[in-house]
Amino acid sequence: MIKVLMAKPGLDGHDRGAKVVARALRDAGMEVIYTGLRQTPEQIVEAVIQEDVQVLALSILSGAQDYLFPRIIELLKEKKIKDVLVVAGGIFPSEDVPKLEKMGITGLFGPGTTTGDIINFIQDKVKK
Amino acid sequence: MADKNDLKKIRKEMDEWEGKLAETLKKRPERKPSFVNTSGIPLNRTYTPLDMEEADYLADLNFPGDYPFTRGVQPTMYRGRHWTMRQYAGFATAEETNRRYRYLLEKGQTGLSVAFDLPTQIGYDSDHPLSQGEVGKVGVAIDSVRDMEALFDGIPLDKVSTSMTINAPAAILLAMYIVIAEKQGVTPDKLNGTIQNDILKEYTSRGTYIFPPESSMRIITDTFAYCSESVPNWNTISISGYHMREAGCTAVQELAFTLANGIAYIDAAIKAGLDVDTFARRVSFFFISQQDFFEEIAKFRAARRLWARIMKERFGAKKPASWMLRFHVQTAGSSLTAQQPDNNVVRVAFQTLSAVLGGTQSLHSCSRDEALALPSEEAVRLSLRTQQLIAHETGVTDVVDPLGGSYYIEQLTDEVERRAEEYIEKIDKMGGAVKATEKGYINKEIEESAYQYQKGVEDKSRIVVGVNDFVEEEEEKPADLLKVDPTVGESQKAKLKELRSSRDQSKVESSLKDLKKATENKKENLLPHFVNSVRSEATLGEICDTLREVFGEYQAA
Repeated sequence: MIKVLMAKPGLDGHDRGAKVVARALRDAGMEVIYTGLRQTPEQIVEAVIQEDVQVLALSILSGAQDYLFPRIIELLKEKKIKDVLVVAGGIFPSEDVPKLEKMGITGLFGPGTTTGDIINFIQDKVKK
Repeated sequence: MADKNDLKKIRKEMDEWEGKLAETLKKRPERKPSFVNTSGIPLNRTYTPLDMEEADYLADLNFPGDYPFTRGVQPTMYRGRHWTMRQYAGFATAEETNRRYRYLLEKGQTGLSVAFDLPTQIGYDSDHPLSQGEVGKVGVAIDSVRDMEALFDGIPLDKVSTSMTINAPAAILLAMYIVIAEKQGVTPDKLNGTIQNDILKEYTSRGTYIFPPESSMRIITDTFAYCSESVPNWNTISISGYHMREAGCTAVQELAFTLANGIAYIDAAIKAGLDVDTFARRVSFFFISQQDFFEEIAKFRAARRLWARIMKERFGAKKPASWMLRFHVQTAGSSLTAQQPDNNVVRVAFQTLSAVLGGTQSLHSCSRDEALALPSEEAVRLSLRTQQLIAHETGVTDVVDPLGGSYYIEQLTDEVERRAEEYIEKIDKMGGAVKATEKGYINKEIEESAYQYQKGVEDKSRIVVGVNDFVEEEEEKPADLLKVDPTVGESQKAKLKELRSSRDQSKVESSLKDLKKATENKKENLLPHFVNSVRSEATLGEICDTLREVFGEYQAA
């Protein structure tokens, strides 16, 4: 069973998307742990280790990803975590997308994405 | 309302009409086996006087400005004055946001609405570790009274009304407003505006809580008491369904949960020893205007009637002003699509129109680029123009409650009200909205509706134009999206450093000491202490930290 950590980094309170996706992933047979709101990068990476997940799914709509995402990736590297798939949902300016992908956030899901697309992406990547 | 004999005749004719329909349906079936609105209310093919058989015009509708205010809170509504055109705005620094406010006022906006950044909303200064990356992003950064002064620079506070979307630290931002008005020579009794100050929906759907419910409720009732004496024209709370709806609930749930929260605030104030008629006239509301046109209009009308009855019958309020539900509307951010963003202009126009037909007092229309970024100046102007167009060109503002008496609208108003009442009864049985929130009941209801909505989009039983149908393969990305200056965090930090080195530190310390003592004494009103602390140039973070020491912080379950 694929194990996913759904995380809300920063002070953003919008978690409709995170909760809907979490439930859809569960319905698709994955185990999902939702962190709740206001998680620091340190707390998120700690949870990745404690819960031993294969997927870290970040949800953010506040625009703070330009600080928070690099920090999370940096901490993952520090802790030598290499085999975790990192995906993110929210609003990302199109010019930032290549930068985020290069950083190692391979799945970026903007407004209008179906939960089906996210499920397929994760199943595909984790299998490989 | 029709004569008994007429109704008999209508019923007979309707039976015949339905008989004849069978043939039409065989030849041309309807688009769906059944029609249901977003609240799950089944919709008939058409509505007739038969649906209004039980209606009592004077008791249920009455005239505009008369109890139960179904048709509007003022007797002349928009024939007297249009709603306040109030675009929610704020980003980066106070100086930059001030420029946006002046631009909007110059373009004919009639009130201001402040969006604060997340650190301000959660009571952290811009130099707090948790503020990193967040400063100035979703709103303007306000650390102290100096920022507040810059925000309203050159804007006469006795002439303009200001709404502030601020909750956990709402009373502190109000204190800042009072202090900067003083500097302009404007006394508190001349101030007009609103603080959102609605903490209950923060726990369920918006997330900017600081303190646990009990302490938060004390700050709110302190605000009611202080303002009824000192800032009599200030709306002390704006009880909001908007965010619960954006989080995914239905129209009926939005109405029910909002009024249930309203009941909790009124209950708390009465328990704190206030007379309902001294503060209830300054309780205001905030709803969404979503895509289902008639359902929204019915919701606004049902809201007024239901609240009037709650205030009069449940709380025994005696003054008509205490019975009136006055509200602000914002069109639905979550209905906007990143795909084909120009379509959003049309969505917003429909939603704006239904808010006007529902009798709103104040209105924000979203902008076409909001699924992509904070709105650009040009996009906001178009939204303001949408309101001006409806106000001045369509003629819908020339008659009060123009849809009143429509068989469909009246039946739908009754049904929305009935279903909302059922929810309120259920919440009453749980011990009220505070308990229902703590138990997670409201959250569960919202989450379930959000999930069902998404399923509808994915199985295409719900069409979103440009997203799951009528899709364009190649789309051009809109240019000129607003980008918040990335140096704003650093410039706020520099301003804080300057503040901390130039203010009278002993004054700050003594005002915070007094505040702490007052916080420990439940009988003392906190508002005068907020005003003192603000005046001493204590920062928002320092004031909130003082409260945190006594109240602790809310831990989400």
